[in-house]
Amino acid sequence: MSMKKNYVVETIRRAQMVEMLSRGQRADGRALDQPRPLSIEVGLIQKANGSARVRLGNTDVIAGVKIATGTPFPDTPDKGLLVVNAELLPLASPYAEPGPPSEEAIELARVVDRGIRESEMVDLTKLCLIEGKSVVTVFVDCNVMNVDGNLFDATSYAVVAALRTAKMKKYKVEGDKVVATEENIPVPVERTPISVTMARIGDTLVVDPNSEEEVLMDVRITITTDDEGNVCASQKGEASTISPAQVLEAADTSIRVGKQIRAQILEATK
Amino acid sequence: MESKKKLMDDNGKRLDGRLWDELRPISLEVGVLKNADGSAHIEWGKNKITAAVYGPKEVHPKHQVLPDRALLRARYHMAPFSVDERKNPAPSRREIEISKVIREALQPAVIVEDYPRTAIEVWVEVLQSDGGSRVAGITAASLALADAGINMRDMVVGCSCGLIGETVVADLDDTEDKEGNGDMPVAIMPNFGLVTLLQVDGIYTRANFQKAFELAIEKGKQIYGMQREALTKRFFGGEPTTTQVEEAAE
Repeated sequence: MSMKKNYVVETIRRAQMVEMLSRGQRADGRALDQPRPLSIEVGLIQKANGSARVRLGNTDVIAGVKIATGTPFPDTPDKGLLVVNAELLPLASPYAEPGPPSEEAIELARVVDRGIRESEMVDLTKLCLIEGKSVVTVFVDCNVMNVDGNLFDATSYAVVAALRTAKMKKYKVEGDKVVATEENIPVPVERTPISVTMARIGDTLVVDPNSEEEVLMDVRITITTDDEGNVCASQKGEASTISPAQVLEAADTSIRVGKQIRAQILEATK
Repeated sequence: MESKKKLMDDNGKRLDGRLWDELRPISLEVGVLKNADGSAHIEWGKNKITAAVYGPKEVHPKHQVLPDRALLRARYHMAPFSVDERKNPAPSRREIEISKVIREALQPAVIVEDYPRTAIEVWVEVLQSDGGSRVAGITAASLALADAGINMRDMVVGCSCGLIGETVVADLDDTEDKEGNGDMPVAIMPNFGLVTLLQVDGIYTRANFQKAFELAIEKGKQIYGMQREALTKRFFGGEPTTTQVEEAAE
């Protein structure tokens, strides 16, 4: 959700910001590759199977996990379902409106979902109960509560933290029936994908852009990496270009910064 | 994820006989629709995609007008009969996202500042879909923009690379996209060597990420050669296009 643009002010602020960045300085005093302070609170929604509230600077996102049983997709009869969705609530920003999801909200949900899915964070084969008939379905819904830039990362961290702390009923199969037992088990989480979003402003890449930087950025690039430093997902955004060298620089930055953030999320979700 | 089908044999040949870095056959034609200000049709493997451009034209609704540049609109749409199972004709979330990234991939090449207070509309209609339809759509759309005579800095051309097992391959088809281990669509402005679209899924080591990314750029430059040929044919002769034949008949 970008802010409305005011052309004159934007041009002046942009010139000022590009000049500062060329000296390696950011308006809020951070280093170029330094994310804002991250705080993670887990288990705040008792009715959800798992939940997390993530604050990345002033960006604030709540993710909740709901788990049930359902039928698998016909092309993956032996796999459970994992669906990640995100909503931009009107309470989150003066520029958000109620109604059907905007293009930006759809992109947000799909990019976050891609990072979680493609990294194979959750072992979906362990969620199969009766092949072709019954599987465990995991829905992760994210509510954006306050917008201050970089919704992609904040939302992704909230999903990861919520899934890592989620508990589900242990199901057993009796004949062709699935019965929920009293026992609670964790969701089969195998990896911890970490998304790192960068903005190119002028010639400089900055990690974790805030709203002010997002208004002025030329290009946004999100790269998700897993525990072994593999690249699992990426998305370039905004109507401008990025050089091949800068894409590779962004991949290396994502691997490096992702490591610190992963350690922090693992610590908060022990 | 293990591939269910064997997508590559022991000699490194893929299901359709291609080697790892080979493209499917591509054909391009510019100026295929009469009403559109610009249009192009691409056949790339089994992809059959027509792109049309209307504009610069008046902006509706008016509140969307941009005072200093044109408003670029793009819509990627799949025909209900373009895939195995009938697709609901209403735009899906996938199509809305692809429309956004296609618009953002084309806009850097369009000199939107030359057309303030107008709209330029790009319609990409997928008549039959194989793997890599968004990059094929972008390749056709940029030809349609050129055909419409819109001022541009460069063409935009796309190619998708990916993984079969741990092997980097160029230009995934439908089966390889679904059964393979990763897909990476990339679009570039070939004369500037700049990237305008990048999406990644799959699990790539850092080395494979770079290899697939650089292969996509190299293949994109190769397809740019075909775009030039198609435009030359349209504007400086060669075999007449369908539209020219019809005009001559009138």
